[in-house]
Amino acid sequence: MYGGYALGFVSLFLIWQLASLYVVSSVLFPPPTVVFSKGLRLVRNGVLLEHLSASMQRILAGFIAGSLLGIPIGLAMGSFRPVRKLLEPYTEFLRFIPSVAMITVAVIWFGIGEGSKIFLIIYTTIFIVILNTAAGVSAIAPNKIRAAESLGATRAQIFFHVALPATVPYILTGMRLAMANSFTTIVAAELIAANDGLGKMLWDGRLFMLVDEIFVSLVTLGLLGFAVDRMFRWSIYAFAGKYSPAT
Amino acid sequence: MPLVSFHDVGKTYRSLQGVDDVAVEHFNVEIEAGEFFCLLGPSGCGKTTVLKMLAGFEAPTAGHILMEGRPVRGASRDRAVVFQGDDSLYGWLTAIENVEFGLRMRHVGKAERCERAMHYLELVGLKGQEQKYPAELSGGMKQRIQIARVLANEPTMLLMDEPFAALDAQTRSLMQEELASIWRTTRTTVLFITHDIDEAITLGKRIGVMRAGPRSQVKGVIEVALNGARSRTDDVFLQYYRQVHDMIRDEVAKAMAK
Repeated sequence: MYGGYALGFVSLFLIWQLASLYVVSSVLFPPPTVVFSKGLRLVRNGVLLEHLSASMQRILAGFIAGSLLGIPIGLAMGSFRPVRKLLEPYTEFLRFIPSVAMITVAVIWFGIGEGSKIFLIIYTTIFIVILNTAAGVSAIAPNKIRAAESLGATRAQIFFHVALPATVPYILTGMRLAMANSFTTIVAAELIAANDGLGKMLWDGRLFMLVDEIFVSLVTLGLLGFAVDRMFRWSIYAFAGKYSPAT
Repeated sequence: MPLVSFHDVGKTYRSLQGVDDVAVEHFNVEIEAGEFFCLLGPSGCGKTTVLKMLAGFEAPTAGHILMEGRPVRGASRDRAVVFQGDDSLYGWLTAIENVEFGLRMRHVGKAERCERAMHYLELVGLKGQEQKYPAELSGGMKQRIQIARVLANEPTMLLMDEPFAALDAQTRSLMQEELASIWRTTRTTVLFITHDIDEAITLGKRIGVMRAGPRSQVKGVIEVALNGARSRTDDVFLQYYRQVHDMIRDEVAKAMAK
């Protein structure tokens, strides 16, 4: 499994190298060797880490807050019909307004500081987590609940010992999708208004024609996203793999 | 006084179009404490509806069900249920944790919980499998977990809804023999739902034969005077088979004709 990944990555960089050397030989398309040596330099002088941690901090703060809000709302919507009817207009309306479209409003409301970025990440996280959590609750086999009832479990016990664990794989899947969205949102937000972060690095690269820096930022985003997504897949597997090996 | 009695019990379902569908009507049966009662009927005759009402998952729309003289209201740990499929097992818990579930909900201490769970896992022949997850076990083993899970909870009676219907023929007959021997040692009252004549005679002390649905009710009750392990090739067994078969043949034909 890991051998396959390694080979896949090596071939990706190899094709990129060959393409930039022989197909589109141009300063606008630097080969990976150039990008990596630039990246290494930016790691050494701390610049890359600074941008990286700025973006990551925003993502984590918004993502954790969005999940902490979204999970209980999703559980309530999945468990109680009236709550679902009451909140569905909000979720069904707002989830079609992309977070990127909310950047302008966020900047007007919260300024160009951390507030607007965290707001946007919460916004991009919360609906997907709500939707998946609620879907997970309604996907619980009725016999799981019935069995617990006739084994003497109380309503609260059924919630914590049956409904919640049965929903965890769905919650994690929602969070995994939300994390992917967070990457899109944070870059867009930083492109428009930020003093640091990987999006700001992209924007500066364009302003000062530092094509290699643009590519360092792109590769960092790709690797970071890949690593975080692996972590989620692994935790979903660790929890749910026992009964859904397909994950 | 019988342990459970159904008095003129009826259940009507209303479809989304507002059409009433009477599943069971004037259903009358009495189950004695300690007996193994099989409810036999063609598919779609409302056997499972009867079980769901006694389990407390659904309320009757007519008549009433008494258990120990009190009307049945909602699910309770004195009526444990073994379901047909494996979707009632908790996939995130190991076999032993599934069996301990009821005890854990009642805050029984860890040592006692484990000891009792192990006892029943052994009884159903799952010793050595206790740390496995349901997904790692075969269909027959999963049904064994369900049986151990309800036995460990020590209910007043067991409700079994075609628990072996999804198993292959060999495993099914093995499981029937094991269940019969477990019943002979525990003498727990059992209501066993099945559409299989053979299974009903192998297990039941009395067999209630149901009419084809809708508006189904009990057509007749047959007492099976066979003690100990029963052999399918035994003459008396075959006589019972013929008797039950004659009774149910018309009902199956009616069910097929619909």
